Amino acid sequence: MEQQIVKVKNKRGVRVIPGFGLSLGVTLAMLGPLVLIPLASLFLKAGSLSFPEFWKVVSAPQILSGYGVSLSCAFLAAVVNAVFGMILAWVFVRYEFPGKRLMDGLIELPFALPTAVAGISLTYLYSDQGWIGRWFAKIGVQIAYTRIGITIAMVFVGIPFVVRAVQPVLEKLDRQYEEAATMLGAGRITIFFRVIFPELFPAFLAGFGLAFARGIGEYGSVVFIAGNIPYKTQIAPLLIMTKLEQYKYEDATAIALVLLILSFLLMLGIHSVQIYMQRFSEG
Amino acid sequence: MAERNETMGTTYEKDMVGDGVCSLQKVIPPQKREGNHAVKYVLIGISACFLFVMLVLPLAVVVINALKEGWAVYKENLLDEYTVKAFQLTMLATVVAVAVNTVFGIFASYLLSKFYFRGRQVLAALIDLPFSVSPVIAGLIFILTFGNIGWMGEFLKSHHIKIVFAVPGVILATVFVTLPFVFRELFPVMNAQGKEEEEAAALMGAGGFTIFRRITFPHIKWALLYGMILCTARALGEFGAVSVISGHLRGKTNTLPLHVEILYNEFHTTAAFAVSSILVILAVGILVLRNLVEWKRK
Repeated sequence: MEQQIVKVKNKRGVRVIPGFGLSLGVTLAMLGPLVLIPLASLFLKAGSLSFPEFWKVVSAPQILSGYGVSLSCAFLAAVVNAVFGMILAWVFVRYEFPGKRLMDGLIELPFALPTAVAGISLTYLYSDQGWIGRWFAKIGVQIAYTRIGITIAMVFVGIPFVVRAVQPVLEKLDRQYEEAATMLGAGRITIFFRVIFPELFPAFLAGFGLAFARGIGEYGSVVFIAGNIPYKTQIAPLLIMTKLEQYKYEDATAIALVLLILSFLLMLGIHSVQIYMQRFSEG
Repeated sequence: MAERNETMGTTYEKDMVGDGVCSLQKVIPPQKREGNHAVKYVLIGISACFLFVMLVLPLAVVVINALKEGWAVYKENLLDEYTVKAFQLTMLATVVAVAVNTVFGIFASYLLSKFYFRGRQVLAALIDLPFSVSPVIAGLIFILTFGNIGWMGEFLKSHHIKIVFAVPGVILATVFVTLPFVFRELFPVMNAQGKEEEEAAALMGAGGFTIFRRITFPHIKWALLYGMILCTARALGEFGAVSVISGHLRGKTNTLPLHVEILYNEFHTTAAFAVSSILVILAVGILVLRNLVEWKRK
């Protein structure tokens, strides 16, 4: 009992390495004015609204439809990214083929390419005269300026998340279990869903959540292809932008607060999955 | 990102995998392996098509449209006064963002990986915040702080300091959205390294700076470079946050991505794609650099 107390005290109490004060000071001195104080202003401003006022703003039909468009398109895009991300990670880890390095290196392109550039480029590609949009226009499907277009833009920005979340876990996976399953007579599909996928699931879910969160907040790449038709293709970040242009700061703050809470809940979900994952792997 | 944590384990595991494959091939009948090949090529095909349509085509669109009216027009578009000004502002914001990021990333990850203290988890979560905040909201919070209606607005006005709709605002917004990048790369590496080496050095009498320079830094240099590259990429392309706070003053607070938007909305499509092509070149350059660093690190 006594030993344990000493141990805890050693862990928390005595610091051998110098620099605690300095690094704490620098971290807080930078985090404070750059992140915490500005974010606090949002809550300060939101606090100046009474609840009925707040509710009136965020429950307006146009705003609700904005949340709906953002959430539904981001969810759909995250699902598409989950499927293709899984396939891509699998192909990169398990197969050897010419051009693999190039494909692997391309994955981060959506991180490196400015969203505005992606936005105008995708709009051009999927408009009725564009290289891809033209073919869909022939069968009567319009992509640009509809929710399909918004989803495609969100797929673009979300590609790296699932791939890069699943890839390292798949690399580390011990193939013995698959081998054992094969010997026991399991088919490939059974092996994938019963042996491999459960191992990948936490990473997969984390990647899915990140792609989803990114889609909800995305502005630059979506705003060009969305067309911004009220009640149809207006995303929530765009509504904040519109309110700001009309100098309705209170309204913008209220919409932003709801969006912030939504993405915060999502991040919380991801975090709990990761904590669960850690506990699980530590036994 | 997790590969680097397992340097010790990999060789051993790889051997195991090698054995596994051999015995698998002995067990599985030939026709089943044929099926394996079909699945392999189908999956590679799907991946290649997806990447081609989603990533390569958008790049090709930019380049082809930028050059649609010939080299002369392209050059003219690039040397336009406002484009050059926008380029300079983008570079300034990027350099500041990367510098702030590097300092912050090193101190924050040192703090969180070498010391245990109350609120450590909370601090880590706070540092990650800018990742989960929509860029538009990032711009909004600076307006609510430093703008005319913000609680610091009066004070700034009386001292003739302009942040919102001015260059400092653009830089602040860029710094905000990129803040966690270097930290996110450094923290896992420092954490995996543990603190025994630093403790030993401290007990033998080394000072803080010596410990960092001689012990911590050699472990993190590649991760640091990697984080700086990612931060550069994000800073160059930031659009939403900067768009809110810049006020779109041409030649003054316009960054390259904002300039692209203005040109596009004015139907100067070729010019918009020409300016975009600068950003595409930078982005591809960054990707190549990223892969080089990744390769070097292994």
